[in-house]
Amino acid sequence: MAAECPVCGADIEFPEGTVENELIECPDCGTELEVISVDPPKVEEAPSEEEDWGQ
Amino acid sequence: MMNKISVSIVGGSGYAGGDLIRLLLFHPNVELKQVTSERFLGKALYKVHPNLRKQTDLKFCAIDELESCDVIFLCLPHGKAMGSIEKFNLLADKIIDLSADFRLNNPAEFKKWYGEDHKFPEKLNEFVYGIPELHREEMKTAKYISSAGCNATTTILGLYPLYKEGLVEPDRTVVEVKVGSSEGGNRSTESSHHPVKDGSVRSYQPTQHRHTAEIIQELSFGKEIKIHFSATALDIVRGILATSHVFLNQELEEKDIWKLYRKYYANEYFIRIVKEKEGNYRYPEPKIVAGTNFCDIGFKKDEESNRLVVISSIDNLMKGAAGQALQAFNIMNGLEEKTGLEFPGLHPY
Repeated sequence: MAAECPVCGADIEFPEGTVENELIECPDCGTELEVISVDPPKVEEAPSEEEDWGQ
Repeated sequence: MMNKISVSIVGGSGYAGGDLIRLLLFHPNVELKQVTSERFLGKALYKVHPNLRKQTDLKFCAIDELESCDVIFLCLPHGKAMGSIEKFNLLADKIIDLSADFRLNNPAEFKKWYGEDHKFPEKLNEFVYGIPELHREEMKTAKYISSAGCNATTTILGLYPLYKEGLVEPDRTVVEVKVGSSEGGNRSTESSHHPVKDGSVRSYQPTQHRHTAEIIQELSFGKEIKIHFSATALDIVRGILATSHVFLNQELEEKDIWKLYRKYYANEYFIRIVKEKEGNYRYPEPKIVAGTNFCDIGFKKDEESNRLVVISSIDNLMKGAAGQALQAFNIMNGLEEKTGLEFPGLHPY
């Protein structure tokens, strides 16, 4: 069973030894994700800062 | 071990020709036999392409000196290939033309966009349009391939999944390409004079760009569509960035768009989806694909409307010309598609 990336919908297989609150990267969109649950596998987007040009 | 495929290039003194020579010299299955240039007849290749110094002893020869070979690449100026295709066909069974002469299937469209009657209209349908990701199966048995225009390639690859699935309003797409100066070829003009060109951002073709015809041909799928296309030249040498504004005809979330592009391109080595929330390279950028055969594609949905912005980028001389042609060559000759095209680019560049 795989977690689904909340950004791009990719299937994400957890590496062996993955623990809750660990940060991982989606292999497709590169988004940094936080492991919310190992079983069942769930992730959510980790907080990040966005750039804001043009002010 | 298989015999090497003998290859000659007709018109090898331009920038696309130079990149093609570079690629073919290091292709493990190719023997580069002859390269023609009337302008530089008898000169060593490196005199025109200095990066090839000490890489080959070949000299430019005349078209009349060409010997038979397995495959001929035509890198002639537009309009020259169609008049002499039969002559080249006597020398090689397989031809890959990098000019615009055989890109359009319809002779009337050719006349409309290129302003003259096609000299060999009955040959148009024998050529396979040269974007491998769209025409791979036809290429496997093709004798003739017409490499796609560089701006058209960037645009088509960016929009293909959306048009193929009929997900956009067919007459509202606006495409703006930003291009490097090497698109203009290696002949200097008043407009390329350094004091004039340096630092410029030049709207060189706001409407009626000829590549529009190819884009419509490849994205219409039997329906009537419109592509509103503009081109701007930037102060860079290589590269194209296409920003395409399409209007979705149904509610789609970004995750749906991801899945759509994954469906078409997940197994395409030369296409990468680039869309990240942070970092210096969140969307496709020409400098990252310079020298490579990659096409990077990203997108962003406007949360206030049904507009989807698709951003795609290639090196105009590679995926937009020589690299695309070599990829097609590999397919047409049953070779591993990536052969000779593995270079991942430079960073920083």
